[in-house]
Amino acid sequence: MITRMQDGLFEKARFRTAGDRGLLIEYGDVIDPAVNNKVRSMAIAIEDNPLRGVTEVIPTYRSLLMIYDPGMTDPVELQTTLETLEARLGDIKIPPPRTVEIPVCYGGEFGPDIDTVADTNRLTVEAVVQLHGEPEYLIYMVGFTPGFPFLGGLSEKLYTPRLETPRTLVPEGSVGIANNQTGIYPIASPGGWQLIGRTPVKLFAPRRKNPFLYQAGDRIKFKPITAEEYKRCIEKEAG
Amino acid sequence: MEVFSVLTPGGYTTIQDRGRYGYQQMGIPVSGVLDAFAFHCANLLVANPKNSAVMEITVMGPRLEILAAADLVVTGAEIKMTLNDQPVQTWASFGVKPGDILDIQQVQSGCRAYLAVSGGIDVPAVMGSRSTYVGANIGGYEGRVLKVGDVIKCGQGNRLDTLRKMPADLIPAYPPELTIRAIPGPQDDFFKEGLEVLFQSDFMVSTKADRMGYRLQGPQVKICEGMPKSIISEPTMPGGVQIPADEQPIILMVEQTVGGYTKIVTVISVDFPRVAQATPGDTIRFERVSLETAHTLYQEQLKKLQALENQLSIQ
Repeated sequence: MITRMQDGLFEKARFRTAGDRGLLIEYGDVIDPAVNNKVRSMAIAIEDNPLRGVTEVIPTYRSLLMIYDPGMTDPVELQTTLETLEARLGDIKIPPPRTVEIPVCYGGEFGPDIDTVADTNRLTVEAVVQLHGEPEYLIYMVGFTPGFPFLGGLSEKLYTPRLETPRTLVPEGSVGIANNQTGIYPIASPGGWQLIGRTPVKLFAPRRKNPFLYQAGDRIKFKPITAEEYKRCIEKEAG
Repeated sequence: MEVFSVLTPGGYTTIQDRGRYGYQQMGIPVSGVLDAFAFHCANLLVANPKNSAVMEITVMGPRLEILAAADLVVTGAEIKMTLNDQPVQTWASFGVKPGDILDIQQVQSGCRAYLAVSGGIDVPAVMGSRSTYVGANIGGYEGRVLKVGDVIKCGQGNRLDTLRKMPADLIPAYPPELTIRAIPGPQDDFFKEGLEVLFQSDFMVSTKADRMGYRLQGPQVKICEGMPKSIISEPTMPGGVQIPADEQPIILMVEQTVGGYTKIVTVISVDFPRVAQATPGDTIRFERVSLETAHTLYQEQLKKLQALENQLSIQ
């Protein structure tokens, strides 16, 4: 039996077998900042105390996947080491999450669905921009495409269903809403989210020293900018 | 050193190495060769370092003009090819010189073949790998599938003193009916009857089979009554067998990092290359094995490859 604590955290981590090279560890079964914080803390603890034979650690909403080399370790050893690490998590210094500011030009050609979001929620476009720019969103997970952040913390006043027919090509940098989620498309890709704006900042630059600006567990704050500022920023990014 | 000029590119030809590791948490899939066994052998047969980049050929091969003297080999799928109109064998290295025309034609059995060149294919490494990930246009040759007119370079490699040949008994067969071994999980507890259906039925490889996933067709694999149809998105592994809303399994390949569908079983590492060699219309049957068995098979495979390496290097 899995025992749940009040905030959705499992009392004891749950281990699942993901083939002969993967060990999946769940820390809860809800989308919740406390559970995600546990995932983040464990991911950082593992990074600081590398486990023999572990080649990759992938944190998501409420779970971590450890990919291991079966020639060097096995799940029994990993589970023991991980439980020990978890027990002394209190002694490991976990840096506070960073907040990354992302400038966004809302509406117009960059946010073709902003009127839909406003109409759906009986709001003015200005109110949509204000409500979307207010929170510090938690990055629960990065995936789907390189650098795509799955964010938590969208105001209920902005919930809007996905497009009935997804776009075949959403431009790079587009900021969108899908039901209770908001996110940014770091590369042009197909997608069904309601687009409300666009950032001029490159969220994925494979040749930049650090190709990404944030990671799971960090926070994102959107900063509304004008079309003029958007243009200047694009020119600056192009160098 | 320029070594190939692409006269025709073939069906879906990309540059790959063993993959891009360490960035899956950022949404960058591992990519890399689908058939790691054939890849490994290809590099051994031209005496390359283990992770040298190769060309991954899908169903229909490219026609190449040779621009420099080198040793080549093609492994993986059984595929017809000619060098200056003379037939050449797969799984055996051969020398080429400028002006030669290598015509790699259609697969006879299997799906993917690997062309290795002495010195390895030289493209810039992006985030630690030369593997092409077309989805984000990174790695390989300009982040894309090869086109007519592309000129491919290779690194400085040593030519072989003696040409190398794979022992015939070690060349895999690629039959149209295959049994693939798999370990239950990570979400086997979502299934009961579904597990029986999965392990006791034949599934056909559909036409939707690519580097991202192999969609299968067969009896419906049902999630238990009362269990959710999807889960909170989590990381995925190559070989994970996902059950989406239509209850038809998808074997995940190498171009996905996260997903919100349950995975009923996961294909074992040594059998993953065999999935990659299946083509639409082939039949797959899953066989249940334990994690311990999978690890034993993995160790045995490592030993076999080491023995092969020793054997080839004294040929």
